[in-house]
Order: sequence, then C-alpha cells, then structure tokens
Amino acid sequence: MPANPDINGETHRAPQGRTGLKKLLLVLLLCLSAPAAAEYADVVLNKRSEAAGMPPVIFQHWFHRERFRCKVCHSELGFQMRVGANDVLMTDIIDGKFCGACHNGSLAWGPENCELCHSGLPGLKTGIRGDAETRGPGRW
Amino acid sequence: MRMLALLALFWIAASPQVGAETAPASRWQKLAEDGLHDPANPGLAFLQEPGQALSRLPPDVVGNRVRWVEALRQGMIAPRASIFPGTQIRVLDGDVIMPRTGEMPMVRFPHKQHTEWLDCSNCHEALFKSKAGATPVNMLEILGGEYCGRCHGAVSFPLTECNRCHSVWREGTGPDHAGKP
Ligand code: HEC
Ligand code: HEC
Ligand code: HEC
Ligand code: HEC
Ligand code: HEC
Ligand code: HEC
Repeated sequence: MPANPDINGETHRAPQGRTGLKKLLLVLLLCLSAPAAAEYADVVLNKRSEAAGMPPVIFQHWFHRERFRCKVCHSELGFQMRVGANDVLMTDIIDGKFCGACHNGSLAWGPENCELCHSGLPGLKTGIRGDAETRGPGRW
Repeated sequence: MRMLALLALFWIAASPQVGAETAPASRWQKLAEDGLHDPANPGLAFLQEPGQALSRLPPDVVGNRVRWVEALRQGMIAPRASIFPGTQIRVLDGDVIMPRTGEMPMVRFPHKQHTEWLDCSNCHEALFKSKAGATPVNMLEILGGEYCGRCHGAVSFPLTECNRCHSVWREGTGPDHAGKP
C-alpha cells in the first residue's frame, strides 16, 4: 500500500484494514494448500499398483515437458488429460505402449527399472498434485 | 461460497507485492521431502531434483516457478514435438479475444504459444469449438477444472494469475483508469 500523507480520517484507515484482511485471506489460502508439498503437476498413478504389491507410480510433468511437448504424450501416445482416465497395465508398458513407448531401453531406460517409476509412498491416491490444485469443485 | 473464494482470489492476485511474498523463486521441494516419493526407495538417488533443473530456467512465482513459454522461446529447452516419423505437427498463429468477462478485462487466448506445446485435438472439438464465441466458457467451470482449467491449475500456470488471461482492457478502463498494474 502506498503511504498516505493524510494521517487523519478514513482514507488512511481503510487501506490498512484491507491489507489486514488480505493477509488473513492469504494465510487461509496457504493453509488450504499447505499439505500438497509435491512439485507442481506431479501425477500419482495407483489404480492397480499397490493392489498388486508394487508402490504407487510417480510421473513428473516438469521433467518430461523439458524434453517432450504435451502433444507427444497427449496426442501421439493417447494419454488423456484426466489423471486415471487411462488403464495402464504393466504388460502394455513392456509391449511399448504408454510409458513404454519411450521407456523401452532405447529412447529412455527400460521397464526393468521398477523402482524409478514405482517410487511413491504407500497409500497415495491416484491424482494430480502440486500446490495449486484446481481439480473438481472445492478442491482448489 | 465459490463466488466468495473467487473474489478473494482476485483480491489477492490483484496485489503484486503479496503475490511476490508467497512464492520465493527458490522454493522447490526435495524429492525425499515432497510427500510423494518414498525416502526409503534406493531408486531416489537416480532421480533429478526439481530445483537442480528448474532453477536454470526463466523464473516465475507460481506453478513450477518456471516461465515455460519463455524457456521455449529462448531455446533454453528444446522439447521434441513428435516421436513417430510422419506425425503431422500442426501450429497456428492467431489470437482469440474472449469478451464475456463481466467487470474483468477481456481474455486474449493465443493459439501460437498453445500450439507450440499442444495439438489441435487437445482442445478441439471436445473442450472448445473452432469458432470464436461458440463455447459457453465461464470462470466457475474453469475453476472446476473445465475449459482453460483443464490445464491451467493442473500443469500450466495456475488460475491465481488472473491478469495473464484477462489481459485486454476495455476502452475507458485500464492501468491508467483503474490504478492497477
Ligand atoms: C511424457 C508424457 C507427458 C507429457 C510430455 C505431458 N504429459 Fe500430461 N499427463 C501425462 C500422463 C501419463 C498423465 C496421466 C494420465 C492418466 O492417468 O491417464 C497426464 C495428465 C495430464 C493432465 C490431467 C491432469 C488432471 O487434472 O487430471 C493434464 C491437464 C495434462 N497432463 C496436461 C499436460 C500439458 C499441458 C503438457 C505439456 C506442457 C503435458 N501434459 C505433457 C503424460 C504427459
Ligand atoms: C516407466 C515406468 C514404469 C516402470 C519402469 C515399471 N512400471 Fe509398473 N507400472 C507403471 C505404471 C504407469 C503403472 C500403472 C499404475 C497404476 O495405475 O497403478 C504400472 C503398474 C504396475 C503393476 C500393476 C498393474 C499390472 O499390470 O499388474 C505392477 C504389478 C507393476 N507395474 C509392476 C512393475 C514391475 C515388477 C516393474 C519392474 C520390472 C515395473 N512395474 C516397472 C510404470 C512403470
Ligand atoms: C515421450 C517419451 C516418454 C514417455 C511417454 C514417458 N517417459 Fe519417462 N522419461 C523419458 C525420458 C527421455 C527420460 C529421461 C531418461 C534418461 O535420463 O535417460 C524419462 C525419465 C523418467 C523418469 C526419471 C526422471 C529423473 O528424475 O531422472 C521417471 C520416473 C519417468 N520417466 C517415469 C515415467 C512414467 C511413469 C511414464 C508413464 C506414465 C513415463 N515416464 C512416460 C521419456 C518418456
Ligand atoms: C489450448 C487449446 C487450443 C488449442 C491447442 C487449439 N485451439 Fe483453436 N481455439 C481455442 C479456443 C479457446 C478458441 C475460441 C473458442 C471460442 O471462443 O468458443 C479457438 C478457436 C479456434 C478457431 C476459430 C477462430 C475464430 O476466430 O473464429 C479456429 C479456426 C481454431 N481454433 C483452429 C485451431 C487449430 C487449427 C489448432 C491446431 C493448430 C487449434 N485451434 C489449437 C483453443 C485451442
Ligand atoms: C487460464 C485463463 C484464465 C485465468 C487465469 C482466469 N480467467 Fe477468468 N475467464 C477466463 C475465460 C476464458 C473466461 C470466459 C470469457 C468468455 O467466454 O468470453 C473468463 C471469465 C471470467 C469472468 C466472467 C464471469 C464468469 O463467471 O465467467 C470473471 C468475473 C473472471 N473470469 C474472473 C477471474 C478472476 C478473478 C481470475 C483470477 C482469480 C480469473 N478470472 C482467472 C479465463 C481465465
Ligand atoms: C490443453 C491445455 C491448455 C488449455 C485447455 C489452455 N491452455 Fe493456456 N497454456 C497451456 C500451456 C501448456 C501453456 C504454456 C505455459 C505453461 O505451461 O504455464 C499455456 C499458456 C497460456 C498463456 C501464456 C502465453 C504466454 O505468452 O506466456 C495464456 C495467456 C493462456 N495459456 C491462456 C489460456 C486461456 C485463456 C485458455 C482457455 C480459453 C487456455 N489457456 C487453455 C495449456 C493450455
């Protein structure tokens, strides 16, 4: 807030009040977003992994978008832009579909490196993470 | 309730100092502390830390804290546009002005910056019709993850950055008139 030369009267008090309220709202927003410490746009895939005895999969958008444009995965490879919308089986990946289109031992390291993908903490739910989630009503 | 939160968001976003305080450019979680990766996983040592990679790119205060459009424009990253031979790479240069924004400045949607990353089919015809004004876009649905909110707020810069989309002032309003940056 710019300093107000007029010391008396409401013109001075009003902006102060607003700053206070702004701070309050800010704290509120920060509290709401505090639990999500993950890097923005990280994806947890756990539709089947844990049920099959493997840790959840973590996919990082930031890492992949440095190397590939969105259209590679979301158009050429058919990943839908809705986490959990694709049914990804490990056999598909080994057959060169989904992640396996690249993680085939030539374009990128192969599917034998289980723990690089299955790297999540137990109990994570499938979904998009980061500090500014907007998915679904009331989740932003 | 949602309308209230929307107003609160705008209130905060409209104040540049506050935005700068909330997200110091140096804030990248370590993988072992991000609440997702299992610190006991030996594979973690082989993964790159976000801070190591992202701190080298043009800084932002939100999202990945990277200006991705700038990083691409300046050639600091060169992400591949296809992996199969023969895939047609489609780009389009052309802005669409979206005027139904009430009191807010109008929205400029730039095709160029989008089609450098995305294919037409990522938006047309499921999210947007290929005709200016034909799609019933509104802010609450965007905040709910539809239309622009499919990507913005999930992977692309988040929805707190009102003025990056609402960037076209109507005649008789604007920085000089409203006192906003
Ligand atoms: C290397 C592959 C890859 C690249 C590149 C990629 N994505 Fe994704 N994206 C994924 C995967 C995998 C998912 C999860 C899909 C699923 O669960 O079915 C996903 C999910 C999404 C979602 C859904 C999020 C949600 O809220 O449910 C959005 C939006 C998205 N991506 C946008 C983008 C954008 C924008 C870019 C480019 C800047 C991009 N992606 C680049 C692989 C990729
Ligand atoms: C390139 C990344 C990647 C690698 C490497 C990888 N997986 Fe997966 N795996 C996935 C994804 C993605 C899924 C689907 C996640 C989900 O929704 O639960 C999956 C699912 C699974 C599933 C459950 C579904 C099914 O098909 O039964 C099992 C079990 C599994 N993986 C085992 C393994 C094993 C064992 C290895 C190492 C030999 C391995 N994975 C390596 C990405 C990977
Ligand atoms: C379009 C190609 C492509 C697709 C699709 C793809 N990846 Fe990758 N991924 C790569 C490349 C390239 C690397 C870097 C490999 C290297 O450094 O040798 C990589 C690296 C990784 C890494 C390690 C990142 C690090 O910090 O080093 C993980 C984890 C990973 N991918 C998971 C996945 C999962 C899970 C999927 C599927 C949901 C997937 N990837 C789909 C190309 C892809
Ligand atoms: C990120 C999303 C997105 C992508 C990707 C995208 N568009 Fe659009 N497009 C839009 C939006 C939003 C509009 C405006 C729709 C409205 O106002 O209802 C639009 C409008 C159009 C229009 C109508 C313009 C006018 O002035 O009437 C055409 C034509 C069009 N797009 C073609 C394309 C083509 C061709 C591609 C691929 C090269 C493409 N778009 C990629 C979002 C996108
Ligand atoms: C990703 C781009 C984007 C961002 C960020 C964004 N908006 Fe919007 N907004 C739109 C679009 C697109 C429309 C619809 C324009 C049209 O249909 O002509 C819209 C419409 C609106 C409207 C008109 C009423 C309504 O409900 O549709 C208001 C008010 C509004 N936005 C406020 C905001 C505020 C406040 C913020 C910041 C918290 C914000 N917007 C951030 C794209 C955005
Ligand atoms: C399919 C995904 C997707 C959709 C839908 C989408 N965007 Fe984007 N948008 C992106 C990506 C990717 C970028 C690159 C920057 C980033 O990722 O933060 C971007 C960047 C932008 C930029 C910044 C351009 C620049 O020059 O820096 C604006 C403005 C923008 N989007 C507005 C919109 C509006 C308005 C809509 C809805 C009408 C919309 N976007 C819908 C993916 C999307």
